[in-house]
Amino acid sequence: MELSRVDAIIERNGSRGASLLAILQDVQDEANYLPREALEHVSKRLELPLARVYAMATFFQAFHLEPRGKYVCTVCMGTACHVRGAARLVEQLERDLEVKSGGTTKDLQFTVEEVNCVGACALGPLVIINGEYHGTMTADRLTKTVEGLKKAEGGTR
Amino acid sequence: MTLNLTINGVRVEAEEGESLLDVARRNGFEIPSLCHHEAVAAYGACRLCLVEVTKGGRKKLTTSCNYEVLGGIEVVTESAAIRRHRAMVLELILAEAPESATVKALAAEYGVTRSRFAASGAGEDRDGCILCGLCARVCAEVVGANALTFRKRGDNRQMGTPFVEEPQTCIACGACAWVCPTSCVGFDEQNGERKVHRWKRSLPLAKTEKGHAFAPQFQLFHFRKLAKLEADFYKKAPGER
Repeated sequence: MELSRVDAIIERNGSRGASLLAILQDVQDEANYLPREALEHVSKRLELPLARVYAMATFFQAFHLEPRGKYVCTVCMGTACHVRGAARLVEQLERDLEVKSGGTTKDLQFTVEEVNCVGACALGPLVIINGEYHGTMTADRLTKTVEGLKKAEGGTR
Repeated sequence: MTLNLTINGVRVEAEEGESLLDVARRNGFEIPSLCHHEAVAAYGACRLCLVEVTKGGRKKLTTSCNYEVLGGIEVVTESAAIRRHRAMVLELILAEAPESATVKALAAEYGVTRSRFAASGAGEDRDGCILCGLCARVCAEVVGANALTFRKRGDNRQMGTPFVEEPQTCIACGACAWVCPTSCVGFDEQNGERKVHRWKRSLPLAKTEKGHAFAPQFQLFHFRKLAKLEADFYKKAPGER
């Protein structure tokens, strides 16, 4: 991420400590994670200790210090989804994408993560791919969906 | 303004803005604590300074270190219920710091000799840290180096340095190691180098004209700045002047 982009974000939110959270959110929106250089730059510009910026960046689950995939596959692990086999969906994704839950594929295409409940229990088991809700998911259909995304990516290259 | 309150039935006086822990200790009432230090703001992390406060007929258990005294309150610093709560807290703390002599002695006073709980984290995270945050508060409030911070949260919470690397703003003054209630920071000087073990920080010691070494360059610089000393002040060691 260009540091000039970080500067623009700081200008927009105001260069003060109280804007830190908003600034980090905007940086993550643009870069899809919080690059270390960006955190160090924010610390310098806001005259806040790096320790404080780092503490906030690690406190919230919404922030990520590692790059994330183009497609983020979030498997709901809430009670309703759990009893309908959400754990098997995570395993399926881990096998299909060869990545551990919480991790991102080497080509930065897919991230697999778990969430504890999104409140759409009637749709369980539920997988959210880039904000799109896929209800009553099965391992089979999940593999097909992921294959479809992989193909679409291959086609555009 | 002077306030009147009672502690264990004894009338005591306090100034507005004082913490209940300070007032109680000044009047000779013993309250245990691990995360409190007079040099930094109260934090309420260790939960050992729990006392019972009655205000307007309502009783509640509260940490005394960050409770600002009020006129007319009645405080109890020791009772069966309070001891039970502190024993529970100590059992949890003992799980995290089973090797700490301070924690073991304090736990024993409350009849806790072993913990039913497992330490959180695994491997090198099980290092005797009870997450009281005192090291980071001293580093920020007293030293001003801001080299330490909590990271993550909940059961993943850990104390450490940004990016878990050798902290560049650390002056290796050792204040964190000094205040740590479980002595889990670790600190030594060998071969002209000072090491703060837990943060993996090592800095060479600056030498005086006579070749003595007693503190790292950054720490001397910090002292000179704070005390507005001459640039060559530390060319001589304290004993050489």
